[in-house]
Amino acid sequence: MTATLTPVRKRSALTKGQLPKAAPYIVLAVALILGAAILALIGFNAFGWGIVSAILFTAGLVGWSLVVEGVRKAKDKLATCLVVGAFLIALVPLFSVIWTVLVNGLPGLLDPGFLTTSMNGVTGAFDNKTVEEGAPLLGGIYHALMGTLLITVLATLISVPVGLLTAIYLVEYGEDRALARAITFFVDVMTGIPSIVAGLFAAAAFFAVVGPGTKTGAVAAVALSVLMIPVVVRSSEEMLKIVPNELREAAYALGVRKWRTILKVVLPTAISGIASGITLAIARVIGETAPILVTAGFATTINANVFSGWMASLPTFIYTQILNPTSPSNPDPSSERAWGAALVLIILVMLLNLGARLIARIFAPKTGR
Amino acid sequence: MSKRIDVKDLNVYYSKFLAVEGVNINIDAKSVTAFIGPSGCGKSTFLRTLNRMHEVIPGARVEGEVLLDGDNLYGPGVDPVTVRSQIGMVFQRPNPFPTMSIRDNVLAGVKLNNTKISKGEADVLVERSLQGANLWNEVKDRLAKPGSGLSGGQQQRLCIARAIAVEPQVILMDEPCSALDPISTLAIEDLINELKDQYTVVIVTHNMQQAARVSDKTAFFNIAGTGKPGKLIEFGDTPTIFSNPTEKATEDYVSGRFG
Ligand SMILES: Nc1ncnc2c1ncn2[C@@H]1O[C@H](COP(=O)(O)OP(=O)(O)OP(=O)(O)O)[C@@H](O)[C@H]1O
Ligand SMILES: [Mg+2]
Repeated sequence: MTATLTPVRKRSALTKGQLPKAAPYIVLAVALILGAAILALIGFNAFGWGIVSAILFTAGLVGWSLVVEGVRKAKDKLATCLVVGAFLIALVPLFSVIWTVLVNGLPGLLDPGFLTTSMNGVTGAFDNKTVEEGAPLLGGIYHALMGTLLITVLATLISVPVGLLTAIYLVEYGEDRALARAITFFVDVMTGIPSIVAGLFAAAAFFAVVGPGTKTGAVAAVALSVLMIPVVVRSSEEMLKIVPNELREAAYALGVRKWRTILKVVLPTAISGIASGITLAIARVIGETAPILVTAGFATTINANVFSGWMASLPTFIYTQILNPTSPSNPDPSSERAWGAALVLIILVMLLNLGARLIARIFAPKTGR
Repeated sequence: MSKRIDVKDLNVYYSKFLAVEGVNINIDAKSVTAFIGPSGCGKSTFLRTLNRMHEVIPGARVEGEVLLDGDNLYGPGVDPVTVRSQIGMVFQRPNPFPTMSIRDNVLAGVKLNNTKISKGEADVLVERSLQGANLWNEVKDRLAKPGSGLSGGQQQRLCIARAIAVEPQVILMDEPCSALDPISTLAIEDLINELKDQYTVVIVTHNMQQAARVSDKTAFFNIAGTGKPGKLIEFGDTPTIFSNPTEKATEDYVSGRFG
């Protein structure tokens, strides 16, 4: 018989003085129960329950850790709790916005014809009928959706060449010239322009050049461009800057001219970042309300011509539906339409963000074999 | 298809800082010339003046003459782009274009300049250049794959293929093997030996054995101290520089006593 010496199973010396793995869950459960009990005493509500439990959880976990693990680990736990807490707090408004818009907007969006009809001829009488007799909700956001898309596309067509060329000048030709420094300064200033001021600027410019009272989609597009250009310049500039100088030098050393190098080496290398920057800039301006109100006015009918006549857009549609319901005595149908439009707007922005990621992935320099 | 280079009284500046002073050197056609010297003595700086890449850096400028078969590169009205298409360059770190396939990397000099080339001619050029860079066998099955998917040594040979595809008169190489393993280094040294049948090659290296192995002539650069300009100390046949140099500093450097 061979005597084997099996050491007695004990806790590893290396993990001595640590909280068990389940510690956070235990503390969480205790904190939730205690929190519910405390809240029951003063009147229960979910929000208060969350706050009280979070405080109890932090205090409990940090205290336990202090006793078992010492000061350093306790500090670490405290910092972790604070960071996670801050993150959760930041998520609350996001989820609450998405949830609210989804709940309120879905009925409007699901109305037949919501996306395919305009508000042309829809009067308060129809809305009264809907509320009083249960008739189907008439009217939709087709005109506003079309206006938003047209205005945004035109704004993009204006901003991207201007912004991209500016960025190229700053990065590739600017060096430290006075002009480059001046442009950088003014781009910074432009970044801070309130959107209503951009709208007033565009309106005033068109009043002066075309004639007083000029309100068209094009004016709105110019206003949005004022807001978009600095964003496009900034993001494109950053993207061009991170293109390694070695690639430029490699092209020069092959006897390639500078402008060709920029066009065929620098831009393709940076295009994924530039494209997603542009998409985010579009997402940024697509929801602007004030500048469109003062430049394109609002309309209830379809207007596909950005160069003449007032034009609707999703944000201004929401604004007018809430502020001046189609039927002043029965505002509910209007607010249903407004929420539906809001949902469509949020979906548009999300699609743009997704598009930005997709573009970045498609254009990204390929690696691997 | 190769030209000689003669440099006369060349001073090289970064803005106000004189980095290299008073260089006179004659580089023969179809030869390999090695530049050696301690770090910071201006080898790279000087090399880059030979194809006007120096002036790409803001504030950088040059005084003196560089003659390519008698024509001054820095003469009035000379277009640096013309100069660079005749004098190619391979950099210390391999830098294939990440957006291009292996094939497109080789054709970069042609394609980026929008020169029209038929598919047949392009195929011939790609194969010839990759053969010339000893890379053809390794990549012939994946020409359409991105160049950044190659190993470091393969990337460097791809960069050499890219440089010889534009059929320059002279090829400048700045420490082309410093990021490579001994086997890739050997492949590139063999390549340099073959290249000199057709091209004038100038190579910067920190590796004495490499200089001794590949070069016909060697130039030793040195610097008197920080902030002082680098100078060409001695230039001669490689065996002479390594076994019987005239200057004390050269002897100290090649025998490993300093630097
Ligand atoms: N872009 C630049 N701007 C200003 N000074 C520079 C620049 N590049 C190099 N220098 C300076 O010029 C001098 C020569 O540098 P260079 O790179 O030519 O040295 P080197 O001999 O190639 O060194 P190494 O062997 O380390 O590569 C150094 O003093 C360096 O600090
Ligand atoms: Mg160097």
